[in-house]
Amino acid sequence: MRLTSIGRQLLMTIALPVILLALWWVVSADNTSPFWPSLQKILQAFPDTWTSDRVMEDIVPSLARLALGYALALLVGVGLGTVIGLSRPVRAFLEPALEFLRAIPPPVIIPVIALFVGYSGWTSKIIAIALGCLWPILLNTVEGVRGLDEVLVDTARSYRFRRPTYLYQVVLRGSSPQVATGARQALSIGVIMMVISELFAADNGLGAAIVQAQRAFAIPEMWTGIILLGVIGFLLSLIFRLAEWRALAWYRGLRRSERGT
Amino acid sequence: MAGAGTPRRGSDDATPALDVRGLRKTYTGHGQDVEAVRNLTFTIRSGELVCIVGPSGAGKTTLLRCISGLLSVTGGEVILDGQKVTGPPPGMAVVFQEYGRSLFPWLTVRQNVELPLKEKGLKKAERAEKVATALEAVGLTDSADAHPWQLSGGMQQRVAIARAVAYEPSVLLMDEPFAAVDAQTRADLEDLVRDLWHRFKVTVLFVTHDIDEAVYLGERVLVLSHRPTVILEDVDIDLPDERSQLETRSTPRFAELRHHVYELIQAAKQGFRPENEPV
Amino acid sequence: MTTVATAPERRRRRLSGSTAALGILGLFTIGALLEVLPRIGVLNRRFFPPSSEILTTLIEQLGEGAFWTAVSDTLRGWAIGLTIAMVLGIAVGVIIGSVPFLRDVTSSTIEFLRPIPSVALIPLVVLLYGTKLQSALILIVYAAFWQVLVQVLYGVADVDPVVRDTARSYRFSRWTQLRQVVWPTALPYVMTGFRLAAAVALILQVTAELVIGVPGLGRNLGVAQSSGAVSLTYALVVAVGIIGIAINLFARALERRILNWHPSVRRDVAR
Repeated sequence: MRLTSIGRQLLMTIALPVILLALWWVVSADNTSPFWPSLQKILQAFPDTWTSDRVMEDIVPSLARLALGYALALLVGVGLGTVIGLSRPVRAFLEPALEFLRAIPPPVIIPVIALFVGYSGWTSKIIAIALGCLWPILLNTVEGVRGLDEVLVDTARSYRFRRPTYLYQVVLRGSSPQVATGARQALSIGVIMMVISELFAADNGLGAAIVQAQRAFAIPEMWTGIILLGVIGFLLSLIFRLAEWRALAWYRGLRRSERGT
Repeated sequence: MAGAGTPRRGSDDATPALDVRGLRKTYTGHGQDVEAVRNLTFTIRSGELVCIVGPSGAGKTTLLRCISGLLSVTGGEVILDGQKVTGPPPGMAVVFQEYGRSLFPWLTVRQNVELPLKEKGLKKAERAEKVATALEAVGLTDSADAHPWQLSGGMQQRVAIARAVAYEPSVLLMDEPFAAVDAQTRADLEDLVRDLWHRFKVTVLFVTHDIDEAVYLGERVLVLSHRPTVILEDVDIDLPDERSQLETRSTPRFAELRHHVYELIQAAKQGFRPENEPV
Repeated sequence: MTTVATAPERRRRRLSGSTAALGILGLFTIGALLEVLPRIGVLNRRFFPPSSEILTTLIEQLGEGAFWTAVSDTLRGWAIGLTIAMVLGIAVGVIIGSVPFLRDVTSSTIEFLRPIPSVALIPLVVLLYGTKLQSALILIVYAAFWQVLVQVLYGVADVDPVVRDTARSYRFSRWTQLRQVVWPTALPYVMTGFRLAAAVALILQVTAELVIGVPGLGRNLGVAQSSGAVSLTYALVVAVGIIGIAINLFARALERRILNWHPSVRRDVAR
């Protein structure tokens, strides 16, 4: 009984992707359009395009910059967001300005950063990623800290929690579901910024590799890059969700019990 | 269950655990002042269990927040263990009505009870012992590793009570703690409070809007007036120390006391105020 | 040490007068700082022109036809892309959401395709359409579609089973069920999807302009930057930001209006 239901689940999960891939394979098999090479050709191009050297030269730097920029945004966003969220006057003072900064589409900051440090090199890219990721994290943290339960805050006060304990056990953990929402939005913006920042400079990285392939009319190679980016985007969001699932297990339980009653 | 040696009531010469003198609280805002509490004075001796009861809208919660130092007072003073209260004092623990919101949902039951002790600076072994004792006393030893939201409302409030008791406060404040639980659970929890009071010899100030609960639990009942709040009467509850839901509640004396407090509350609702009201 | 938050702080969602005043003061203060700091040399004027200079440039731009052409190009791409994404997202979402089998069979595919960054398609659309509007539209539709679809799926799943059964037991036609039961429940989610998709669509429209060279404010911005017109670069950033704010306000206003009109969802809005 259980086995068959697991089997059914597995079938449901892989059926459509398999059908779609097969369809792609068949339809593209004798396609003559230069822009749509056959799936077979693309897959054949994979090992030659993504040699271990290329992995080290393009994928690793891209991901390292993404990680650095994202971490920086998390640090600054949660830190600043907490400070702003805890004080009503500071919040009122800064919120319109922050909302304005959030409304600016993130890619626009890349040319502005280029005014200072140019397009190439790590600094401009990391700053671009960090600035793109910052606003959703910052504003969601502010919202989360503002929404802390008053009774919980009173409890912490009446038991005279020390400041660091209060900040960690009440403020940070209490706002963590909101912070996670911001961090999830930020991750997809971070991936976009990672790719775009490399398109401008086209020196190294995944985005640069794809655009170089396109300029050289190496179409199957370009496709391998696109697919690789897609897989990376999927894997990153998978990792994020696993981490969130673990860290916010209490929140899921709480929500479930609230809905149950 | 209460031994003969248990002090039924703090003796008159004992130092007061809590001394409230001329407490006044006025909210200011939007150009008009709202006088919530006007000149409230009472004393709670060490080891007493005192209930405060008042009509709804009597400013009970305001009063309790002032006493616990969560809210600043407009006039008068609150003195705990001889120290004037200016912020949340070290010798006080509060059990809030909203049990579901006063427990940390990301911590287990054990961690919830332990965290304030950690903040107090207790060593690990000592903490473990106090947590175990407190959880045993409220009957939650088996749920120590559960999260609060996995428990029923009554059990959650037991956790909050265990946390307060483990903290070993000079005064334990309870703000309508059982207003949101069902009647049967409520009776159990009331007996639990009496039991813990005997066992840990803690001083309890219990705020409620329920007259029966106040009379059943308290050694004294302070009846509040309507807003702006003053004390209408300090009723001495001369029921035997050992109380039971069934026996005590059916004694004639209980009915008399209940009747008396009920009349006071009705009068308070009509706007009756003491004649020599201090202003 | 123990004062961790102001005690009588109640959450007030509505802007009170003093809050709004403080916010405006905040904007002005930051504007003033960005004026003074470059002038006294704390910030390098070559990179940080004083805010008055940026403002002057922006006002100059407002008088130029080319600026308004770029604004309308940007908005047109945004609107067309968003509309396609909404229509597709709602149609596909309602169909998949209403049929449990389709729901089960597509969920893994949706979860896989959704996080794929739409900017990965940039090289492909450059080959296919160059700097034409279609390039931007493909990026917008790909990115915004998932936002709408996922919300519609949530919305359709949120239909109260009792209501659904009632509708069935009265033998409502499929169309009536859809209109009277599914759609009203899903509408708040659709509006959330709209708000999210509107923001994403603007990001990708501007990206396409900036990176590919599709006509619009983003392209002007890129040109201004590469020709060293610093204050124009900033002025265009501010202009794009204002459009972003306007789109956000528009989406929220529309959301509020539509949901207020709908008596069956008022309960949800009130919450």
